[in-house]
Order: sequence, then C-alpha cells, then structure tokens
Amino acid sequence: MADIAETSQTVPLAARKAAATRRRRRIKPGDVVDHTILILGALLMLVPVWMVFASAGHDAVLIHREGLQFWFGDQLGENFRAALLEKGGFTDSVNGVTMLTNSLILGLGFAVGKILVGMTAAYAIVYFRLKFGTLAFWMIFTTLLLPLEVRILPSYEVVQNMGLANTYTGLIVPLVASATATFFFRQFFRSVPEELIEAARIDGAGPWKFFVDILIPLSRTMIAAMFIIMFVYGWNQYLWPTLITTDESLFTLVRGIRQIVQAYADGSTTPEYGQAAALAIIAMVPPVLIVVFFQRWFVKGLTESDK
Amino acid sequence: MANVTLQDVRKVYPNGFEAIYPCSFEVPDGEFVVLVGPSGCGKSTLLRMVAGLEPITEGDLSIGARIVNDVDPADRNIAMVFQNYALYPHMTVAKNMGYGLKNRGTSKAEIDKKVRAAAEMLNLSDYLDRRPSQLSGGQRQRVAMGRAIVREPDLFLFDEPLSNLDAKLRNQMRIEVRALQRRLGVTSMYVTHDQVEAMTMADRIIVMNAGRIEQIGTPGEIYGRPASTFVASFMGAPPMNLLNGMAGDGAVRLDGGEQVPHAPVNGHAGALMVGIRPEDVLLSEAGDLAFNVHIVEELGALRLLHGEVGGQAFSVSVAKDQNAQVGQTRLSVKPSSVHLFDAAEGRRL
Repeated sequence: MADIAETSQTVPLAARKAAATRRRRRIKPGDVVDHTILILGALLMLVPVWMVFASAGHDAVLIHREGLQFWFGDQLGENFRAALLEKGGFTDSVNGVTMLTNSLILGLGFAVGKILVGMTAAYAIVYFRLKFGTLAFWMIFTTLLLPLEVRILPSYEVVQNMGLANTYTGLIVPLVASATATFFFRQFFRSVPEELIEAARIDGAGPWKFFVDILIPLSRTMIAAMFIIMFVYGWNQYLWPTLITTDESLFTLVRGIRQIVQAYADGSTTPEYGQAAALAIIAMVPPVLIVVFFQRWFVKGLTESDK
Repeated sequence: MANVTLQDVRKVYPNGFEAIYPCSFEVPDGEFVVLVGPSGCGKSTLLRMVAGLEPITEGDLSIGARIVNDVDPADRNIAMVFQNYALYPHMTVAKNMGYGLKNRGTSKAEIDKKVRAAAEMLNLSDYLDRRPSQLSGGQRQRVAMGRAIVREPDLFLFDEPLSNLDAKLRNQMRIEVRALQRRLGVTSMYVTHDQVEAMTMADRIIVMNAGRIEQIGTPGEIYGRPASTFVASFMGAPPMNLLNGMAGDGAVRLDGGEQVPHAPVNGHAGALMVGIRPEDVLLSEAGDLAFNVHIVEELGALRLLHGEVGGQAFSVSVAKDQNAQVGQTRLSVKPSSVHLFDAAEGRRL
C-alpha cells in the first residue's frame, strides 16, 4: 500500500525534474569529472574480465606467445568443454564439473553453517539472561581480529588429529563459526520490539516456537544478505582448502585454475591457458548469479527492516 | 471468567527502586477496572505483574481461586492488548489471531471458526488475508483485540491500547472496547494515563501515584469525593482549584482573607487546602468571593475563565450562554461542593 502511494507521488515529480533537465541541458564540469572517474573505475573492473573471457577462445600456444587476447578466437567451445569435462590435475582424476560441485558444496555449506551458528548464538545472547552472555558476545566479537590465516596451523592440527583431512566436514566445519554473522544477527534481534516477545509469551510460544515461528520469518532479508556474503566468501576460499585437501577429487574451482597454470612450473608442457581462462569464467558465474538473484533482498536486509 | 485478587503485592527492582508499594485490591468477575496515573506511577508495572511478564517481589496474586505468582503467562489464561499492538508483521490477520490457539493445539477447523466469529464481531472479515502493514491504525488495534478475544480468556489486560490512535478514532474505539467488554463479560484491567478514558470506560477506577494507590472507586466517587489533592487535580479537566486556607472558629478563610461559604469545617483547625471544581461556582454579583478574571478561553460549549481569588490562581467554567469578560466579578459557591484537604499530606478531611 505504502509503496503504491509513494510511487504515484514520485512519478510526476521525477517527470517534472527530467523535463527541467532537458530544458537546461547544461553540463557542469563537476559532472564530467565524476563520470570520468566512474567510467575509468568500471573499465578497471570489467576489462580484465573481458580479456579472460576473450582469451578463453584461443589455444594455449597463442596466449603463451602473445599474451591475453582482446577478441574471441575459434577455440571457445572446445576450451569450455575441455575445462568442464576433461580430466586434469596431477592424477588425472578430477574434471571441471567435479570441481564446480565441490565449490558449490563448500560455498553452500559455509553459508548455511555460518547462518545457523550465527543466528543461534545471537538468539542465545540477546534473549536469554545468561550469566556471562555479554562477555561471551565480546569474546566472539574479538575473534573478528583473528581471521583464519592467523589460526591456520592449530586449526589444521585439530582437523588432522580428528581424521577429518580430505573430507567435506573438515573443509567446512572449522570455518563455520562466524563473528560477523553473530554480530549482524545480534544487532537485528535487538531491534525487534520487546512487545512482540511478550505477545508471543502470552500466546503460549516457548523459546523454540518463538525462534522458528517469529524470529526466523522476521529475519528473512537479513538471512538473504548473510547468505550472499558468506557464499561468496566460502566460494573464494583458497588457502584452507589447499591445506586440508590433498585428494584431488575434493579440489575446488579456485584450486583447479591454479592447477592448470602450475603445469608450466612443472616443466615440459605449455599450460592450457585457454582452459584456465574458461575455468575462471565458470568460477565467476555462480557468485554473480547469487548476487544478482538476491540483490533486492540484500539491500533490504542491510538497510531497512520490515517490522 | 474470574476475579483477580492482589494481596500486599509489591515490586522492587534489583537496583532497589520500589516501583510498587504493597497494595491490595480485588477486581470482581466481569468488572472493567481502569488503572490511571501519570507516567512512571507504576500502573503498567502492576499490569505486567498480573500478566506474568514481570516477577512479583512480594505478596500474592490470584486469578480465580488460584495463586498465579509463579505461573507462566501462557498458563494464566489471560490475553493482553499492547500499546503498539505487537502484531506479528509477517503473519496475516487470521494467523495473528489464531496463533495463540495454534500453540495450544486447537484443531485447524476450530481455529478457523473462532477467528471468523471474532472477525465478524470486529468488522474485520474482509481483512483476514491482509498483513498488519496493510491495515490502518484502528484496524490493527481491532486485530490486537481479536487476538485477545479468540482465546476466550478469563481476563483481558489492556496496556494503553488507544494512545497510538488519533483523537477522533480514540473516542470511537473507546466506545467499541467498552461495548465489546460488556458483551463478552470478561473481567478487564485497563491501563491509561488519559483521565477521560478512565472516567468514561471504567466500572471502577484505581488512581495511582508514585507506586502507591491513591484511591479506588467508581468514576462518580473519584470525581465527587477525591481522596487526596493528587486525585482532585489529576481527574477532571480543567482540574479542581486548590487554594491555601486556614480553619478556625467554625469557618474556613482563604489566605487572602475571604471566608469560604458551605465549608464542611467539622471542628478542623489550622492550615488546610480548599478544593472547588471550576463548574461548582456561579458568576453572580451577589456572590461570596471576589474573582478577578485575567483570561477568557472559548471552548464552544463552555467558556473557561482564568483569574485569581484572593491572590491565588482560580479557574471557572461557565456555560456558553453566560456573559463573561475580563475584569472584576463575584462568585457564589454551590452548597456541598467545597472539599477540604490536609495541608501537609493532601489527604481528604
């Protein structure tokens, strides 16, 4: 209702503004500078992507000789096919589809796990009178200062001793605890009006029902926003998977790209640059799709709340 | 249906603040009781203790025959309407109203039947599939009441339910709430800071101030025989005029020197407060008190004259057909309309 009322008011206003601009048609020097910076920035981001995409259409020798290409070659289909379906790697046991699957499992497991842990932790901190609740929260919060890279050796030691090396569990679980998600959900829960909990209590909803029936539906946009951030973060993980998986059937896309390029360092053969470029493009697609798909929710989740 | 009994109920917050001094009263079955007082007087705290949202420090609270001090809010068989409605924003009107029943394991068909009946009663039948954000303030308020009704509770609790509505809607909802309560006959406790709401809706009013109960009585008693200067000045608009005076020799004289007629002196002596309601005096040239009018306020049906009697502020309300202007005039006081209060404590004498 509110949306409709708002647009019906703003449309004529916007139209009037547009008309006014047309009449003036004066370009301020400031605008030129602004747009130059914007366009340069956009080019800086997009040209490399374009070059990788164009290079994916050439064979390895050409790229090796002349560098990355600006226009398509004739190998585009072939390179994508090879990147996805041809077995590669040191042991010839993994193809692009397997790596894509592994990356998806890592990204999804990572996002879902972080949201679950973060939400339940925030729920405990905000809604239960815990003796050391505040202390617990600040301890969780300080772990923001300790990213994975700082604790990577002990983490590896623990996972290795538990016999979880070369498993999805070992890949995902050690990364699931998240101060970021806990913090965002805590802030969100604190903004939920107190009366809602009281009404739910009188309506006979216990802690579990309140969480499932009321808090989770209210957090939908927040969950979507967290999902995007965490999925992309998990998808792009490189160091941790490199350490914890030696079995090539567990390789992720990000590692796969490097694997192809590494052939050069190993000696005799020319690395399959075309295939690596194709794989890089494939690796970019899912995060982009997720962001495009959830974008509306993402902005909503981080900026407003539907209460 | 049930009566509610409070026996020496007291509330002290962990920081030592005494929110409610020990208080006792009983709400008989089916009565509509209004708790009224200025903000921070403890009326909401008292209501929340009855609801079970706030623990009771001392004393016994019973609903029906059962002491419910340690009973969970869900098991007290009460329903509460909150100031900001507290509707679940992601649920439709029907789901909002049925949520309490669903949690109690009522069958879907039964919930549907009860929700429809309540919606019918509240003129909400066309809105059952809407979300709260698509409703107006008055409609949201009705949904909150519907949520209370469908549960068929022993006790309704209202926490300033009308204060978020505009004035016109508030008047209308006031009548609706009262009519609904009459029809259902459910014992109700209603918290408000609006003395008009208290006067118009209540069977009995409990006036509170600073954590204590000042007076319990019907609207007529509260208005006609206020127990203290606080009640006298809180209930009624414009408030009762309170003048400093002195009793002696069977008569009461104002500090300005004039004698107050019809004062029920009854052997009191010494300093006291004289209370006279603005509508309990008449303008007449042959009156007993000299009144110096400073300002005339036009209210349409009434005129309010603000001025001084014996150097102390005094207000008079007169009907619109009475001639009134700024300047000197005289007042005559209606018999048995002079209230006397203790000067130090403000208690009625």
